Parts: sequence; structure tokens; C-alpha cells
Amino acid sequence: MNSALPARSDFNAIAGWIKPGAHVLDLGCGDGSLLRFLKEARNATGYGVDIADDNVLACVKNGIDVIQSDLEAGLSGFDSGSFDCVILSQTLQAMKHTERLLKEILRVGREGIVSFPNFGYWRARLQLMGGHMPVSKELPYQWYDTPNIHLFTLADFEKFCRGHGVRILERVVLAGGQSVTTWPNMFGALAVYRLDRTGGAAPVSA
Amino acid sequence: MNAAAPNIADSVGAVTPVDVHFDAPLRLKSGATMPQYDLRYETYGTLNAQRSNAILVCHALNASHHVAGWYASDPRDIGWWDNLIGPGKPVDTNRFFVVGVNNLGGCHGSTGPASVNPATGRPWGADFPVVTVDDWVEAQARLATHLGIERFAAVIGGSLGAMQALQWTMTYPDRVGLALVSAGAPKLSAQNIAFNEVARQAITTDPDFHGGNYYEHGVVPRRGLRLARMLGHITYLSDDAMAEKFGRELRGGEFKFGFDVEFEIESYLRYQGDKFSTYFDANTYLRITKALDYFDPAFEHGGNLSAALKGARSRYLVVSFTSDWRFSPARSREIVKALLDNRLNVTYAEIDAPHGHDAFLMDDPRYHALIRATMESLPQ
Repeated sequence: MNSALPARSDFNAIAGWIKPGAHVLDLGCGDGSLLRFLKEARNATGYGVDIADDNVLACVKNGIDVIQSDLEAGLSGFDSGSFDCVILSQTLQAMKHTERLLKEILRVGREGIVSFPNFGYWRARLQLMGGHMPVSKELPYQWYDTPNIHLFTLADFEKFCRGHGVRILERVVLAGGQSVTTWPNMFGALAVYRLDRTGGAAPVSA
Repeated sequence: MNAAAPNIADSVGAVTPVDVHFDAPLRLKSGATMPQYDLRYETYGTLNAQRSNAILVCHALNASHHVAGWYASDPRDIGWWDNLIGPGKPVDTNRFFVVGVNNLGGCHGSTGPASVNPATGRPWGADFPVVTVDDWVEAQARLATHLGIERFAAVIGGSLGAMQALQWTMTYPDRVGLALVSAGAPKLSAQNIAFNEVARQAITTDPDFHGGNYYEHGVVPRRGLRLARMLGHITYLSDDAMAEKFGRELRGGEFKFGFDVEFEIESYLRYQGDKFSTYFDANTYLRITKALDYFDPAFEHGGNLSAALKGARSRYLVVSFTSDWRFSPARSREIVKALLDNRLNVTYAEIDAPHGHDAFLMDDPRYHALIRATMESLPQ
């Protein structure tokens, strides 16, 4: 999803957390470019998941194995703990069943990596103060044509994690491709989190 | 060239089937042995010097070795998967050497129940053994060896053909690069078996069946075959496709309050049944439906399909069609799950097509684009 976004700046952050040879599931994989990057940079194996016919075809052309499936229906086709890492790159904000999907990610993956555009970014706040919904590189849609139905900030996400048994292992916040460490919820345009379940890894399937 | 021939640029053109005789006995899964047998096959394209560009096409219930092209003697007799296979088509015969084969027990030229049993000098009839998907794979493997093909770049099939492609990757994991498993299932459901049983009962209770030895009576259990085929056709189409194609259209425009053909769907089913009963052998139909019923690679692994696929090493393209209720997408997802469990290379596509089970034979652009891209990705 959101493959229109130029130069997916979260790719490098994600690759930095993927161990060499890891088995990875990329949800909402688009044309498979992240998996291809991880295959080449980290010798990773795994599959993409996408619902769109054209993305499935693009993955095949990209040499990426893809499973056509609707993420909103959950990940029942995948065993618990069957992947080292399940990635959801810039897709969470477009999902209807946010809670269920995050739970599923940490069931199927020993770890999860989730990235999303930060609605608390100062430019977004400014646009909203000016009386309009934010439109930016990370949120490139108008209010009437956006696939993004759940807009949230870093603070919102972290509060969600605390309340849902999700442990934040690492966080990278970016703006203009640069890392942001000062007031990230204000100056970060894109956030990338590495997560697991509070109390350790997901149970391995029987 | 025959002026009536469909001489279009992307056809493999006029083709000629070939028969090959095998003398080495084939031990079947049932325990019976075929002492000797013939297989009829066709090939399109050219086998390269490395013998690495061969693709095997496995047929489903009523099809045959005649997969692409046409016959000079009958230009309207076009191969059953001609829309997929030919020069420049998704399975490109400019690059691949494609093999179609009529399965053992068939009625299109390979040894089957209507063939003469050398032991008796009479048609095999009821004595022809029950054959299984495993047996077909074994016979196909012998044909491959005969043709000098150690490894297929791909084994492809839909429905029962998909089961054979899947079985190939379990029986001969090193002889298959990629399996196309289209509109398949890892085993039949009780409902599937039930439909097959009704079809078989239609045939075996036909007074002309004579316990399977109707050849010597000079008759054919035509009524049974006809009913079996009509039933089959109902399951190949979706409710929507049938409504779209026939609706409640009346041939005469009004109710006749009788039992002749009135609704268009009745006319269609009768036509399909009649046509089928003139060319298909009833004993073959019985055996092929049995092969479907028995297919269950997980059975010998305590029902665990993942365990059955443990030794597999091929790549897979699994395709299902949303309106297929005979082998629904859920059945394909069972296969995909087992492949994922083994971390095998698999791509799964669920095509939103209205045609029901028959969709695997249609030239849906999404379906064909996917097969084309997959075939193009095979190593040279």
C-alpha cells in the first residue's frame, strides 16, 4: 500500500533490524520492493501479502513470493511464531481492524516492525491550525480520497502499545530521510517501531 | 494448408499425436499391475539441447493429450488449453517444449478399459484396474524419461490436473522446477465425493452397462454417461454464471406444462450430456472419478499435508477462483498453508472470476498475466 510514496525512507531502518537470513512476512507488500531489498541486503527469506491483483503480478515480476489475501480478515493462514519478523510498512493507518491486526502480527511473528506517518508532525499540526486536513509527502491524499482511515501520532501509538501488551523494543523517527531525536512527536514525519509481546516472544505453534 | 484451418499466428498449428508403448510392467497403487501399456501424447515447441525447457500439462476429468493446436483432419478440434499455450502465449512454445499426455485408463488413445487386454484378447472392461493420481504421475515420469526429459521446468494443471502437478512435486521433487496448481484441492470433500458417487451410480445402473463389459454387447451406457455429465456441468459453473448465461429463459417463450426441453439450462445440459456420451468411455469416467476420490497425499501422514510435502523442493504457483464452489479458494489455501509450513517458494493468487470451477480454462487477463510472468521467471 502507499507505494506511491517516493523513496520509502523506512526501508533502511527496517533492514537494520532484520537479522541475516531471517524469515520475514511483509504485510501490504505492494510490488515487493521491501522484500527484494531485504533479500539482497539481509539474505532474508519470506513472503509478501497483498490483496491487489496488480501488486501480486508486480511481485511475481519482481521475483518475490506473494500470498494474495485480505489483511482485514486476519492472518489465519499463518501459524503462530512461524516468522522471525512480520512487517507492516506504512499500512496500519489504512486498516479498519487495527487492534486485531497488531495482535495477529505479534502472534505470527516473533517480532513485529510497524511504520506509519506521524499525524503529530508539526507541519500536519500547522495545516490543521490553518483549518485544513494535512497533506504532505507522508500523507499525500486529500481528505476525500485518502485510504488512511486511522490517523494517529507517536504518542497515540505508544499509549496503545502500553494498553495492549505490546512492548516497544526500538524506535526510529524520521523526517526528510533524517533521524529525529528531539521532540519526535513534533518533528518526526515517519515512525518505525520494533515490537514484541510483553512477557517475551510469541508462543511457538504446537 | 487447409483453408478452414484456424491459421492464427499464435497457434502451434496442426499437430499430430504420437503413441509410445511401454513393456516394463507398472505396479499400481491398488496392488494391481499393468503388464504393458501405451500412452498417447503430443508435443509443441522444441526441446533444447540441455533438455531444460520442457513443460508437462496434466489433464482433468474429460480432457486429453490434445492440449494445443488443431488436427489437419479436423481443424475445429482445437486443444483444450489452446488459449494458454502457443507461440507468444503465456506458456510460450517459442521458448518451451510442451508435452500433453492422455492418462493411463483414459479413452483418447492411451491404454484404457476399452483397449484390448493382451491376456484375453478382449477389451479390458470391468477388469481394467482402478488407477490413481500417483499411478498417472508414475506413467508420466516414464514418458518423460522416454523423451529424454530428466526434469520438467514446470508441471501444470487445473482441477484434477492440479492434483497431478502437486503429486509430481512430492513423488519427484527433483524433477519439477515449478508446479502450477490451478483450481485444485488437496483432497476431495464429502460433498465432492457425493457428486462423483451419483455420477457413477448413473452409469453403473444403466441397463446397458453390463457390469462394465458393455463392449462385447455392442452397446454403451449412454444414459448413465449423459446424466453423469449433466451433473458434472452443474458443479463446474457458479450459480451466478448459470444465471447470467441461462437465467430462466424459455425456449418457446411460455410454459408448455410438459417434460420436454423448456428452459435454456435444460437444453444446455442435455446438449452437453448427449455430446459427451458419444465420445467418452463410461469405464474411464468411473475410474477417473475414483482417482479423484482417492487423492489425499496427507492420508499417509496422519492427515497432515505439511508432513506430506516435507520433501518437496519445487516452486509453486497456486491459483484459485472466487466463484469456484467445487474446489473453493479455501481448498487452495489449505495447499498454500502446507507449502508455507515447509517454507517453500509459493505465490498464491485468488482470482475474482465469475465462471466457477471452469474459470481455470478461461483466458482471464489477470490469470494469464500471472502465468506468463511466472513462466518468464523460470530459469533459462
